[in-house]
Amino acid sequence: MAHIKVEVGVPGIRSLVMFRPETGKPLYELAQVLLRGPSTLSPAERELIAAYVSFRNNCGFCMNSHAAAARCLYGDEKSIVDDVLADMQQSGVSPKIKALLNIAGKVQVLGKEVHEEDIALARKYAATDREIHDTVLIAAAFSMFNRYVDGLASWTPDDPAAYAEMGQRMADKGYVIPKP
Amino acid sequence: MPFIPLEEHLPGITGLLEYRKDTAAPIRELTQILLRGPSSLTEGERELIATLVSYRNECTFCTTAHTAAANVLLGEETTSAMLKQDINSAPVSEKLKALLNIAAQVQQSGKNVTADLIQNAKEKGATDLEIHDTVLIAALFCLYNRYVDGLSTVTPTDPAFYNGLGERLKANGYNRLPQGYDHLKNKP
Repeated sequence: MAHIKVEVGVPGIRSLVMFRPETGKPLYELAQVLLRGPSTLSPAERELIAAYVSFRNNCGFCMNSHAAAARCLYGDEKSIVDDVLADMQQSGVSPKIKALLNIAGKVQVLGKEVHEEDIALARKYAATDREIHDTVLIAAAFSMFNRYVDGLASWTPDDPAAYAEMGQRMADKGYVIPKP
Repeated sequence: MPFIPLEEHLPGITGLLEYRKDTAAPIRELTQILLRGPSSLTEGERELIATLVSYRNECTFCTTAHTAAANVLLGEETTSAMLKQDINSAPVSEKLKALLNIAAQVQQSGKNVTADLIQNAKEKGATDLEIHDTVLIAALFCLYNRYVDGLSTVTPTDPAFYNGLGERLKANGYNRLPQGYDHLKNKP
């Protein structure tokens, strides 16, 4: 049961933004611009960063929903998502994305954990300033979303089908705030 | 040296918020609502939550900036200083202590917030909205602290910088200044 009185049967962050739509609006706008806005990183790659950080933060709701969105967006290459979540360094993801995921993993621990050599590795594989910026901000944003979702003990469905449906919606429509 | 090129006259978070304004807009709006919007927690109390989380995330820029804002709003410097050493000995209400203990666990992990901590806050009179906002403020500063340090932004060492920033955060809050930030160029 959630720590505060939210609508029963509404999962995760959706229940929280329905509880407080004023703060929900900028939260959904941030997710939309970061994960779907103009970028040289594809929406699939950005959802992968979100899923990876959520996985490392042990946030089941965010990990399952963003992994599902990433699988939808990767299409035929969807196995990349589960490979990264099983073992990022051994996965078949491109060296550039691997270097960016490495940065995201450092950010998940603490901002100070990102060192010059992590940035240099990403640049070696042609990551741009803007891609490095966006990776750090996505990882920082999910360090927030994960704590919000779990810190209020919002409902985390067990049924994998629920996440498959969420992922499809996130892939098709992006981040649209649910109406109370 | 920041990892990406940022305006030299805008250290810490401000340079990042000017680097990408379309992501900055919702971050600023969220912060303004949470720290300055209508609430049964005072602005000073909310800045104390931001200060505590930033301190525990070892983010010097955010800790010093929000300490300055809290001190200006509270009109004293003792509470913010004591809070960083020991929440439970800080001269704040029992309700705020209970909320600060929740924020301290959010800083570690959302999963660390136990039913007992929530029960304690409710017994001390905290409402669902106050608990919600405490968790979201703490989570938001886990974003800010990682954003600021993860891109290695500049942390000024002159206390006068933070006193000025604290005054600006009291007077203007978190909205982008309508005139932008060019007037800060060539200032010490």
